[in-house]
Amino acid sequence: MTQMTGAKMVVEALKEQGVDTVFGYPGGAVLPIYDEIFQQNEIRHILVRHEQGAVHAAEGYARSTGKPGVVLVTSGPGATNAVTGITDALMDSIPIVCLTGQVPTFMIGSDAFQEADTVGITRPCTKMNWLVKETDELASTIHEAFHIATSGRPGPVVIDIPKDVQFATGEYKAKPKVSQSYYQPRVKGDAEMITALVAAMEEAERPIFYTGGGVINSGTGASQLLRELVEATGFPITSTLMGLGAYPASGEKWLGMLGMHGLYEANLAMHGCDLMICIGARFDDRITGRIADFSPNSRKAHIDIDPSSINKVIHADFPIIGDVGHVLEDMLRIWKSRGRKTRSDAVKRWWGQIEDWKKIRCLDYKPSEKTIKPQYALERLEALTKNHDRYICTEVGQHQMWAAQFLGFDDPNRWMTSGGLGTMGYGTPASIGVQVAHPDALVINVAGEASWLMNMQEMGTAVQYRLPVKQFILNNERLGMVRQWQELLHGERYSHSWSEALPDFVKLAEAFGAKGFCVSDPADLDDAIMEMLAYDGPVIFDCLVEKHENCFPMIPSGKAHNEMLLGEAETQGAIETGGAVLV
Amino acid sequence: MSPLNIEKGSSSHSAYDLRSHMSDVVETHTLAILVANEAGVLARVIGLFSGRGYNIESLTVAEVDHAGHRSRITIVTSGTPQVIQQIKMQLERMVPVHEVSDLTVEGPHVSRELALIKVEAKDESRVESLRIAEIFRANVVDSTLESFIFEMTGTPEKIDAFADLMRPLGDVRMARTGVAAMARGL
Repeated sequence: MTQMTGAKMVVEALKEQGVDTVFGYPGGAVLPIYDEIFQQNEIRHILVRHEQGAVHAAEGYARSTGKPGVVLVTSGPGATNAVTGITDALMDSIPIVCLTGQVPTFMIGSDAFQEADTVGITRPCTKMNWLVKETDELASTIHEAFHIATSGRPGPVVIDIPKDVQFATGEYKAKPKVSQSYYQPRVKGDAEMITALVAAMEEAERPIFYTGGGVINSGTGASQLLRELVEATGFPITSTLMGLGAYPASGEKWLGMLGMHGLYEANLAMHGCDLMICIGARFDDRITGRIADFSPNSRKAHIDIDPSSINKVIHADFPIIGDVGHVLEDMLRIWKSRGRKTRSDAVKRWWGQIEDWKKIRCLDYKPSEKTIKPQYALERLEALTKNHDRYICTEVGQHQMWAAQFLGFDDPNRWMTSGGLGTMGYGTPASIGVQVAHPDALVINVAGEASWLMNMQEMGTAVQYRLPVKQFILNNERLGMVRQWQELLHGERYSHSWSEALPDFVKLAEAFGAKGFCVSDPADLDDAIMEMLAYDGPVIFDCLVEKHENCFPMIPSGKAHNEMLLGEAETQGAIETGGAVLV
Repeated sequence: MSPLNIEKGSSSHSAYDLRSHMSDVVETHTLAILVANEAGVLARVIGLFSGRGYNIESLTVAEVDHAGHRSRITIVTSGTPQVIQQIKMQLERMVPVHEVSDLTVEGPHVSRELALIKVEAKDESRVESLRIAEIFRANVVDSTLESFIFEMTGTPEKIDAFADLMRPLGDVRMARTGVAAMARGL
């Protein structure tokens, strides 16, 4: 029987859960918890500049470490500001435990100062949430919250803690050695279905692995098993934006990313395959294009820990519910025990076809000696940072797609990007979270200037905690992706897709106490990047790029995988009115 | 799309389920959902339906196991087979949801609804309304000189039929509980 205040319980429970870092922002309704944080040294608190930044930073921390990210914010505006980050974590299945302060229980419902219905607002954007009304239940709720956030398909959870519950004394319940929760998602896949899939793999003439963020979430062991399976079978592999790094970009069987801005060979291989093995991905609309024409001649296997993902969009012939790591282990074991068979001649012919597609060289762009092409900037960044212990974050837009196309990831947990929600302003705080977790690593946020401005206040956080994050801004003075769609879809009427009053990023960096660089000549780019890497501190790198470059290849909305646009010449009338209503 | 011409509101009970998975025929299903009886659980379930654009035709909820903190939600919903499948999967993955049964596909089930029906009845229509009530085994639970309130239990169709017969006699107002349903046998 250990008695303590609710506020102390929060800190004790976080310690027991192995938390070393909390991202947060204090306020009236969480002052007792901040008082406890002040009186201990085991948990480090990172003071962000905006609660949305706290959640994105926690996401960056979680995605780069595989551990849950922890957020602490106050009631009312503190909680509502966190909602975008929480929704982002839900869409990308990132484990986040978000503690919010609440007005005292006896004031709930009275429209008190800084009161908001936090559990009501966050109910649709969390995996689970709780309003804790009894101090006795606080510790067990926090332990349950960590269990739910990290097991099954991971996701964000919110614990709303009224201020009187933080002040009151209650009994601390220790973390149970074995989880008492009834929430125990199934991790082992059905052996019969896995055997059926292995049999299909043995017969497949044009197989393809299509992998996603579920492989990363399943842990580094799952990525190892995936690599082993791909090498052993010799099947080609492509991945979603979320899954980059699970299989190395330098690997022989790698086709590159698929989807709307994916590689030609990856999309055509998806279209033409006879066996599609989807591992930890969810047939997102950015992947499938027009559903009716999605990979029409293939049998499809879908491995996912979330049963609701299976058959949601695309019918699965081999539905396998389970954790990616467990299922891959079984697939390998069963495939080996049956004699390691593949139709190697047919697969070789399939590779011949893929090599023909690769000859299109879909990522080629028109180089320029006068202006920096964004693709060129990323090629140089890749070349000059490849051998570093490197983590990449991005914002959302054209630069994000170019980063996915031109940067190579050889390991999981090295690539942090807002995939599902597409949250502009994600990258800067995420890079801070990554750098906190990996103080000696090179952390770069590849950004567009418009996205970057959305959470630029977090440069203050970077400077305060001496986090040497590199903000690599591809500045085209446009909302590039919006501009591209307006060009293709809306008769080149560029409605509000540019900004006439951008800040001087070098001066802005100096105002924050960081270092700024500005480059506009391709000839100066390498030296400037080297200077950025040599500088031991946060950097804003303003890379002035070609203003009207479009991101290709592109599957226009409402089109199928084999209807990709490869360059400017093909864009005329590419999107018909039916496709224009899609996003 | 579907090879079978199944009308809206019906469901195939054939052992040979020939319906296409991607069929666009709208079916009505009764789902029984056992949930933890905790704050916000109903809002969570309803929020799923509104957030993902699913239909709710009827909804009942009450605690059924006080010691075990369990409530039972009965939802009548409609959608294509794929949508119904999604609804069940989405419900099952919710943390406070313990069990989802699709009574419509799991076999024969009993479904009942309670209704209070107030009928404006004066003069000769008083006798006629009582006669119809007797046929439908509806009880009179309140009577004034101008009206009756009938209480009746039955399938939603029976209650609809009763109200339809009463309407020509006078103004009809209703309070209905929505369907409570349970599978037959053990």
